[in-house]
Amino acid sequence: MLKISSAPHMSSPINTSTIMRDVIIALVPAAIVSILFFGLGALTVIISSVAACMLCEYAICRWLLHKKSTLRDYSAVVTGLLLAYNLPAWFPIWMILVGAFVAIGISKMAFGGLGKNIFNPALIGRVFLFVSFPLQMTTWPKPKFLDFLYTDAQTGATTLGIIKHIDVKNSTEALTQYSTSISELPSYGQMFIGYTGGCIGEVSALALLLGFGYLLWRKVISWHIPFYYIATVFIFTSILWLTTKSPIYDPIMHLLSGGLMLGAIFMATDYVTSPMSTNGKIIFAIGCGLLTVIIRLYGAYPEGVSFAILIMNAFVPLIDRFAAPRVFGTGRK
Amino acid sequence: MTKTFPIGGIHPDKHKIAGDIAISSPGLPEIVYIPIKQHIGAPAKIMVNKGDKVKVGSLLAAADGVVSAPIHSSVSGEVIKVEDIIGEFGYYEPMIAIKVEGDVWEDCIDRSDEIVREIPDDCEEIIAKIRSAGIVGMGGAGYPTPIKTTIPEGKKVDCLILNGIECEPFLAADDRLMQEKGEQIIIGAKILNKLLGIQKAIIAIDENKPKAIEIITKLTKRYVGVNVRVCESKYPQGGEKQLIAAITGREVPSGKLPIDVGCIVQNVGTVFAIYEAVMKNKPLFERVVTISGDSIEKSANFMTRVGTPASFLIEKCGQISDNLGQIVFGGPMMGTSAVNPDAPITKLTSGILLLSCALSDKQPETPCIRCGKCLDACPMGLQPNAIARAVRSHNLDALQELHVLDCIECGSCAYTCPARLPLLDCCKLAKMELRQHQTKK
Repeated sequence: MLKISSAPHMSSPINTSTIMRDVIIALVPAAIVSILFFGLGALTVIISSVAACMLCEYAICRWLLHKKSTLRDYSAVVTGLLLAYNLPAWFPIWMILVGAFVAIGISKMAFGGLGKNIFNPALIGRVFLFVSFPLQMTTWPKPKFLDFLYTDAQTGATTLGIIKHIDVKNSTEALTQYSTSISELPSYGQMFIGYTGGCIGEVSALALLLGFGYLLWRKVISWHIPFYYIATVFIFTSILWLTTKSPIYDPIMHLLSGGLMLGAIFMATDYVTSPMSTNGKIIFAIGCGLLTVIIRLYGAYPEGVSFAILIMNAFVPLIDRFAAPRVFGTGRK
Repeated sequence: MTKTFPIGGIHPDKHKIAGDIAISSPGLPEIVYIPIKQHIGAPAKIMVNKGDKVKVGSLLAAADGVVSAPIHSSVSGEVIKVEDIIGEFGYYEPMIAIKVEGDVWEDCIDRSDEIVREIPDDCEEIIAKIRSAGIVGMGGAGYPTPIKTTIPEGKKVDCLILNGIECEPFLAADDRLMQEKGEQIIIGAKILNKLLGIQKAIIAIDENKPKAIEIITKLTKRYVGVNVRVCESKYPQGGEKQLIAAITGREVPSGKLPIDVGCIVQNVGTVFAIYEAVMKNKPLFERVVTISGDSIEKSANFMTRVGTPASFLIEKCGQISDNLGQIVFGGPMMGTSAVNPDAPITKLTSGILLLSCALSDKQPETPCIRCGKCLDACPMGLQPNAIARAVRSHNLDALQELHVLDCIECGSCAYTCPARLPLLDCCKLAKMELRQHQTKK
C-alpha cells in the first residue's frame, strides 16, 4: 500500500512535546537546588502545583470541552513547574490549587488552550495569588542546607524586600536602619548559588543558568530575550548606581535577586506569549528590562519581573506587526 | 570560505547514500511511455501515429510556440499507443507509448566517448541546436532553455552560475554527473558564455560533495574564466534566488527574475545536456536519475531513458522493505509522492525515492505554539504561520501584505514546524487564491 501526501516528505524530529520535554529538563537543576535548600517545603509545592495543573487541564479537556486530553504535549507540566517556582516554600496547598486553576483554567484554556493565550499562564497564576494572599505570598522561609524536613524554618525578607524598605533620606535614624539592612543582605556568592530567601525556583542563578545553557544547546530558545532582558536591567541599574552610589541600585545584586533569571530565561521566552521575529524579541526583552527596574525601584512592590513580563505580553501582537522580518528582495534597510 | 544565502534555511539529514555510486545503465524496458509535456508551457504537438517506427532521437512531438519544447524518442521501436496514461502526478496525461525493438540511434547523433572541445562560431546555430534538442531546465522547473539563453532587450547579464548544489536530501544525480562528466559540463558553460557574450562562469557546489569539488576544481584550471565556488550545505542553497545571493550578494527583487540582477542560473544537468546537444547532436532523451531512500536495499544512479517506468528502475535495486511509505518523484523536500509506481521518468525527474513510513508519515496537526521557527527557517523572510492563519480565514488582504507570492515553495517551514502544521500546503493554497483573486480583478 502506497501512501500519498504533499511535500515535504520529511520533517524535523523536533515537535511540541520534545520542546516541552526539553524545557522540563532545563528546569530540573532549579528543582534540585530548591529541594536542597527548602527540603520538603519545596517538594510539596512542586508536586502539588504540577499535579494541580495537569488535573485542571485534563478535567477541562475531558469534561468541559469533551475532547481528547492535551496532557501529552507536556505544556501543563511546564506551567505547573513554573507556577511552583514562583511560590515560597511551604505555600498552602489549597492556595496552590486556586493558583493552578487560574493559570490553566482562566489564563490558558479559557483563551482556547495552548498557543492561544495572550498572557503567560504561570505568571497570571502567580499574580493572582500575590494580590489575593499577599501575606502567604511574602512569607519567605530562610534556606537551610540539607535539612529535609525543614519544619522549624525561620522566615525572613528577600533581598529586594530589604532594599525596598531602605529609606534613602539622610536622617540619623535612616542611617542606622540603613546599616542594619545592609548587614542582612546575602553575599553575591550566596545569591548566585541560591542560599537566600525567595520563591523556590528563582533563588539559584547558577541552576537557572545551567538550564539556559541546556535550552541553547538544544536550540529550544534563542539567546536574544534572556540576554537583552538581563543586559537592560544591568545597564539601567548601573547608570543609577554610578550616579548615586547607593547600594539599592547595585547592578549585580539586581541581576542575582528576585525573579529576574527565572523570568528572563523561562517566562519571557515562552513561545506563545513572546514575539516571533528576532527584532521583535529584542524589543520585547528591552521593554521587560526597563519595566522590571522601574517597578522594582519606583513601584509599590519589591518584585517587578512578573508584572513587567505580563505588561509586555500584552504588546506582543503590536510588536509582531511592527518587527516583521524583512522579506527577501524588498528594500534593504 | 564557503558562501551561503543571507536569511533562513534548514539542515535536514543529508542521506547522501548515492553520492559514491557510479552512473550505470539500467538497460531498456519493454515499453516506454513518453509524456508530450515535460516542461513549463504548451504541450508539444504530436508528430507520430500508431504503428510508426522510430529510432533513438527521432522527433515524436514538436514544440508548440516559443514557450514549449520538442520531445524525442528515447528508444527505437514501434509506436503502439498515443493516449492518456496516468503520470507521476496521478493525473492522466497524453503520452506516446513505444514498444522497444533493439537500440538503433538516429545517424546524426555522435555516440563516441570523445570529448569535443571546438565550440561552433555561430550563436544562431547553437541556439537552434539547443531548441531542436528539446532542452529544458532539468533542476525541476522545466523552463525551456532557449528562452533563458536569449537575453531580452534592455537587459544585461554579467554572471553565469552553474547550479551544482543539489541540496535536496538523498539525490546525487548532479553530484555524480559532475564527478564523471565534469569536463563536458565546463565546455557546456563555455558554450553558454559564448551565447551570453560574457567571459566568466561560476560552478557552485555545496560542501558535502568534496569529490565533485576536487574534480571540477582540477578541470577548471584548464579553462579560463570558469571557477568553482563552494557553498555551505544548507537547504535551500540550490534555490535560484538563494544561490544568486550566496554567490554575488545580489537580491533578486520581489516579483523579478534573476536576469534583472544580471544573473543566469543553469543546473549542471542542463548544461551537460547543452554540451551534448551542441557538440554531439544529441537531443535530450536521457538523464541521470538517483534511486535511493531508506526503504530500498541498494541505491543507484541510472542514466535513464525518458519514458522508462519508475518501477523498472526500482526492480533493479533489490529488495523493498516492508515499512515502505511513499515513492517520491524528485527530492523529499519538494518532490511529488507517486500514485502510480509505473509512471514514467521525464526530463525533470532527478530521483525516485522509496521512503519509509517512519521518515515520511505526516504527524497529526497540533496547535501553533508561535515558536517562530518557521520565520527563522523561511529563506524568503516570510511568516508562514501568519500566512496559514490568513489563508484559513480567507483573508486576502492579509495574504497580499504577507508577500505570499514570494514563496519559493521550498518546504523549510513545514519541515521545521514542531506543531506539524501543513505550512507549505497553506502557502501554495494562498498563492493560488491570491492569483485567482488578482486575475478576477
